[in-house]
Amino acid sequence: MLGRKQADLARSVGISPSYLNLIEHNRRRIGGKLINDIARELGVEPAALTEGAEAALLDTLREAAADHVRAAEELPRLEEFVGRFPGWANLISDTRRRAMELEHSVEVLSDRMTHDPFLSASLHEVISTVTAIRSTATILAETRDIDPEWRERFHRNMAEDSDRLAESAEALVRYLDEASSTEFAGSTPQEELDGWLRGQGFHVAELERPLLLEPEMILKGATGLRSAAAKSLARSYLERYRKDAEHMPLSRFHEEADLCGFDPAALAMKFGVDLAAVFRRLATLPVERVGAEIGLVACDGSGTLTFRKPVDGFPLPRYSAACPLWPLYLSLSRPMAPVRRRVEMGGRNPRTFVAYAICQPSHPAGFDGPQVLEAAMLILPEELATPLPSDSRVDVGTSCRICPRSACAARREPSIMAEAF
Amino acid sequence: MGKRVLLVEDEPNIIEAIRFILARDGWTVETHSDGATAMDILTASPPDVLVLDVMLPGKSGFDILRDLRAHPATGSLPVLMLTAKGQGRDRELAERYGATRFMTKPFANAEVLETVNSLHVGAPGTV
Repeated sequence: MLGRKQADLARSVGISPSYLNLIEHNRRRIGGKLINDIARELGVEPAALTEGAEAALLDTLREAAADHVRAAEELPRLEEFVGRFPGWANLISDTRRRAMELEHSVEVLSDRMTHDPFLSASLHEVISTVTAIRSTATILAETRDIDPEWRERFHRNMAEDSDRLAESAEALVRYLDEASSTEFAGSTPQEELDGWLRGQGFHVAELERPLLLEPEMILKGATGLRSAAAKSLARSYLERYRKDAEHMPLSRFHEEADLCGFDPAALAMKFGVDLAAVFRRLATLPVERVGAEIGLVACDGSGTLTFRKPVDGFPLPRYSAACPLWPLYLSLSRPMAPVRRRVEMGGRNPRTFVAYAICQPSHPAGFDGPQVLEAAMLILPEELATPLPSDSRVDVGTSCRICPRSACAARREPSIMAEAF
Repeated sequence: MGKRVLLVEDEPNIIEAIRFILARDGWTVETHSDGATAMDILTASPPDVLVLDVMLPGKSGFDILRDLRAHPATGSLPVLMLTAKGQGRDRELAERYGATRFMTKPFANAEVLETVNSLHVGAPGTV
């Protein structure tokens, strides 16, 4: 923002810095007056400020239209529509987003119904026991001349099975009860963790001060984390965060980072830590301190994103798989070899970043256990990074479906954006 | 020599009930509870009819069915599959692997008896 301190700007238009921060990241919609005030303070056209929001709106509408034959025919008139009916356009976009969220919830739930081992085992147990009881009861009811010894045996079996049935039914009810009250979020544990970290700008202040709070204490106060699984993810994250913060104290780390142009290799040498730790630490630097956002993504050996801190201009896919051309995946194919590329994210206003990636193996189950890979990619805005030769640029996207690069060699499915550009 | 049925099932009280029903109708009932060794029993002395549960310890009923269809001694043995899941997917699998009949739990005694008898009388392979 033209080098201007966020806090000053917020003060001059009469809002809090954190609210301004939310606005900047398109997480709060703002009215015309505030837009005009901010634009005047910054000395730019109001339209320049809303461009990001409008681009997101257009993207969502394009995505919605792609699944709808008649709307797709009218795609060429999309901008005219948004211009003339901004309210209706937003309604469609919000409805679309809501529908996607609900679809995702259904997917999570049905995944759970199908794959939940406890549920499937208990249902099997209940049905088996019911079968035995039904069969035995029929014998007792319908066999007139039944031998007393058999009759006694069947009575005993029935009593036994009824007890078992009562127990498994109770366990099932208890499980479903708990599942619906505490565990149900309609989202994956990873998403819960993402949301919680986003809420505090990926900076855990409680772990940065001299007398730091225990991770367990922080978790107790974390209302955004509902499920036990999300809490367990957060616990590992915080433990690692604490170690990183110990090795790379905030003030000194920031100073050194400034001095070396945010070069992760230099910082790794300086602090005696590995590259991935430096990536993680850089991503926790508060945006108001650095003056720009630093993004970070991590994935496991399957390519599944396990950590996502997006930056403006480098959106990360929420549900679908990411762009195969990200340096992150290049590093996955050559563990331990650092990768650095200038990357340009496609879109209306393409932005260039410097991406650093490294993939490191670990052996949590010992020497003969499986090798577990984790790759991480640091996304540095070009103005922060040490300049790279301009001919080394890689054109990337977010995810194939919404990527405008129609001729991409690594494309896995057709884009819905191709004809729009 | 009477008619012999082999029941491969791991639930003791279901075994007891089915054994009782079939035995009263004149069947010689043999039972086996371990999926992993069921094939050995089957090929050593094939019964007239096989009643096979899907969920077994050691080896699933589907795997046993596939193996026995591939074996010359049991290739055309009439098989009644039992499963706790009535879903289309299980039925489809049972049909693909060559089950003669398919029944979901909880079943009615009369139904089991009738089906086992029809498998013995009818030509193998008819559904």
